[in-house]
Amino acid sequence: MESLIEFISQPWPWYVAGPLIALVMFGLIYFGNSFGLSANFRNLCSVMGAGKSCEFFDFDWRKQTWNLVFVTGTILGGVIASQFLSGNDTVAISQTTLEELQTYGMADAGVGMMPESIFNFQSLLSLKGIIMIIIGGFLVGFGTRYAGGCTSGHAISGLSDLQPASLLAVVGFFAGGLIMTWLILPSILTL
Amino acid sequence: MKYFKYLILGTVFGIVLTKAELISWFRIYEMFKFQAFHMYGVIGSAVVLGIFITRFIKARRLKSLSGDPIIIAPKQFSYPRYLIGGTIFGLGWALTGACPGPLFVQVGNGFLVMIAAIASGLLGTYVYGLLKTKLPH
Repeated sequence: MESLIEFISQPWPWYVAGPLIALVMFGLIYFGNSFGLSANFRNLCSVMGAGKSCEFFDFDWRKQTWNLVFVTGTILGGVIASQFLSGNDTVAISQTTLEELQTYGMADAGVGMMPESIFNFQSLLSLKGIIMIIIGGFLVGFGTRYAGGCTSGHAISGLSDLQPASLLAVVGFFAGGLIMTWLILPSILTL
Repeated sequence: MKYFKYLILGTVFGIVLTKAELISWFRIYEMFKFQAFHMYGVIGSAVVLGIFITRFIKARRLKSLSGDPIIIAPKQFSYPRYLIGGTIFGLGWALTGACPGPLFVQVGNGFLVMIAAIASGLLGTYVYGLLKTKLPH
């Protein structure tokens, strides 16, 4: 048992994670639902009463309870994995990435899942933190709903169903990601 | 109890996203810089198996757990919403290092500041709801 936990505690390779994600999608389809995380933003808006002021949120969110339970599970999964199944704290990013981020002055590149020098509560008072956390979150919420889905709904479920709309959405995801990472992020990171 | 299976499935998903470092800001940066294969391997292998699963469901006319026919709804095709909406999401994805699922898993991993990103994401979705009829789709 101990060696099993030790085995699980290593970072999982892509060929383990990818198929498991496809199986999670299958599970949701088999239960009569679909795999789409960003829908929960709309559900949560509706739970909080947004339906009173905007028609888009005026639906019976109780029918989406399954998805809210699913997303609650993901938080729990994050707790379990980080508390009990964690080997070491470093993320094995490539040497090139590591050195590049260091030239932007990121001292904690590759340490932990996130650069804590940016993603912490104090940084909500700084321009860099506001852009990366608050504006970033806003763009995720706005963009996914505009595009009708995110990585799970379009990149995994939609591409699995060979939907041209999803392919177009994924092209958009990457266009935005590349523009940000190559052209804008260097200026933000050095703020 | 009918929701318990979703809790289990969600928990598995959260563990996978954490253990494969898919919630890592560094991994997203590295992906957009084409400096590692990891993320492409994950998404690629998920889609390849996903295509087989989706074909199988359709070919066998598989019934859901409750015995109803499984319907995988096709997505209505158009250009603006997917390209513009997708690009806007992509900009946010590269900033936060997270898509909607990982935002929640990051909170589970103890990055409580990402609750602020989720709150802001809710606001973003709400603003989309307000502007929906004025935006090109």
